[in-house]
Amino acid sequence: MKIHEYQAVEFFRQYGIATAKGAPAFTPDEAVEVAKTLPGPVYVVKAQIHSGGRGKAGGVKIAKSLDEVRTYASQLLGATLVTKQTGPEGKQVNRLFITEGVDIEKEYYVSFAVDGATARVVMMASAEGGTEIEEVAANTPEKIVKEYIDPTVGIRGYQARHAAGMLGLDGDETKQFIKIVTGMYRLFMAMDCSLVEINPLAKLKDGRMVAIDAKVNFDDNALFRHKELEELRDVTEEDPKEVEAHKYDLNYIPLKGNIGCMVNGAGLAMATMDIIKYFGAAPANFLDCGGGATAEKVAGAFEILLSDKEVKGIMVNIFGGIMKCDVIAEGIVEASRQVGVKVPLVVRLEGTNAEKGKEILSSSGLNITPADSMADAAQKIIALIKA
Amino acid sequence: MSILINKDTKIIVQGITGGQGLFHSRQMMDYGAKVVGGVTPGKGGQTVLDNVPVFNTVVEAKEATGATASLISVPPPFAADSILEAVDAGMELVVCITEGIPILDMLQVKNYMAGKKTRLIGPNCPGLITTDESKMGIIPNTICKKGHVGVVSRSGTLTYEAVASLVEQGLGVTTAVGIGGDPVKGTDFIDVMKEFKNDPDTYAVVMIGEIGGSGEETAAAWIKENMGDKPVTAFIAGRTAPPGKRMGHAGAIISGGKGTAAEKTAVLESFGIKVAETPNKIGETMVAALKKAGLLEKCLTK
Repeated sequence: MKIHEYQAVEFFRQYGIATAKGAPAFTPDEAVEVAKTLPGPVYVVKAQIHSGGRGKAGGVKIAKSLDEVRTYASQLLGATLVTKQTGPEGKQVNRLFITEGVDIEKEYYVSFAVDGATARVVMMASAEGGTEIEEVAANTPEKIVKEYIDPTVGIRGYQARHAAGMLGLDGDETKQFIKIVTGMYRLFMAMDCSLVEINPLAKLKDGRMVAIDAKVNFDDNALFRHKELEELRDVTEEDPKEVEAHKYDLNYIPLKGNIGCMVNGAGLAMATMDIIKYFGAAPANFLDCGGGATAEKVAGAFEILLSDKEVKGIMVNIFGGIMKCDVIAEGIVEASRQVGVKVPLVVRLEGTNAEKGKEILSSSGLNITPADSMADAAQKIIALIKA
Repeated sequence: MSILINKDTKIIVQGITGGQGLFHSRQMMDYGAKVVGGVTPGKGGQTVLDNVPVFNTVVEAKEATGATASLISVPPPFAADSILEAVDAGMELVVCITEGIPILDMLQVKNYMAGKKTRLIGPNCPGLITTDESKMGIIPNTICKKGHVGVVSRSGTLTYEAVASLVEQGLGVTTAVGIGGDPVKGTDFIDVMKEFKNDPDTYAVVMIGEIGGSGEETAAAWIKENMGDKPVTAFIAGRTAPPGKRMGHAGAIISGGKGTAAEKTAVLESFGIKVAETPNKIGETMVAALKKAGLLEKCLTK
């Protein structure tokens, strides 16, 4: 789960991480009100969208007066930002973060994430701040210092000092850096984060080290123990169908094609997309209906697929282990009756209770094309939408 | 012969009294697995499924039954605790099928397990099956045929697809192992490859991977060095996956342009591992590799 920069900054403040002064604004008037509380005379007006690369896309403006704050706020609110990460359709700006302007001497990068291979939280830091860290990692990996943290002892002073040394920080800066990374690690662990990132971490001309950006992502699997985070979710940042899918506990990702897919298991769902492409068509989505699906959940999945107007046909691909094929079959029948299927539907059922499932489908009286394998199913649905 | 489990393996099921626990324990027993007990805190003393005794703790279950393996089928908030309990009780093999365990929980579990003798498979996996002998987890009973190909997979349902494709081509399976789709997991490709390498009945191995991480690439280098004359073929899911989106599995994400299917396929092929284009071709690809190695006759089941 992602949150906005201004929300992440709130967490930074709670964990003692130095940040630039600022507050969120939802209208140009609010933006000016916030700016009045800041020292000035320079302010930063920052678009709040769940995407990186905002600066390059024109989503961060330096204002030299309260009038300019109002002008930029009016320009940005309601505008659509297209960044490297948003895709060509971009994202609409509905919120702003107004901060004090600061005199930056040098920019650094620091982040915490989980490294699967070592099963450790890893701190990554670099003196190449402000740029895209992926590029630094790809072109000059030696410029990134990594510290792997043992969960039994947590981040230690020597690790932070080692990283600070690699970044070329002096004694006082190192002290500030230790406070910042210790706070980041505490936040990461306490809130079940999947990413805590500062890019850039700025050294100011007055000697202070300050987070100029704040990114905090949370582990979706751990949200059950942080119910309060649900309030920070900005559903306008998410695809409405993804939000709907979330309610049914489904993994759904929209794509550009016209064949809707409903599959059990993430690997099989990806392979289903691949095989549709292999036979010359394009999948409309990734949809993993998971392990313990009820008929109701499957019906929900079906409604989401059918709500996509691009979808010209649906391919259901189930190889049941934990998922029983008769449950899927009941879901398909129920959903078809509720919403009415006006597009071709090809269903492939295999595995646990497959025979029972096939029987439910064939005795339903619905117009369903059965398939014997996933290749068969893909070829059949492609033929049907072309017919 | 087989790897990790056989017809004599005594198994307990943690979470046996839950709906899923009961259903899959029944399926395991139908397949021939020796399910000798179950664990559900507070329900010790009951019996389920034709007199399978339920215990309050893993230690009690182990002492009373002599079980060496435990299947964990409990909800995510309790799964890490269940794994730790099984490790602490000294179980040799623990299989956790639970999907959705917080990653920081698994970090602690992995850290705790360092230096312990327990092998953990999963979490977020379908478990494993040794053909006609035993199974732990949720792989369907009907798909395997006894033979000489080992299967190891990051994906659950693709494991079944791989087995079905092998069987269709007249091949059979020694053991199929689903290692799970989480980034932090108990057992990786190489751990399972080592077992297959040492199993005299396994002549070849299919490896099923997906986008994200670098497990397949690391395994490929190891396979080239170590698998000798046992051919390995593969399939990689996610050729059409968009970057930056988590494709269901926490570990299945292309980030910073790394971990794409194209890149993985290229690396595998460079180490001599043929990658099937579609799941249906997993069997065909293995047949071709066996033919080349002169092993096909020995591997055909019909």
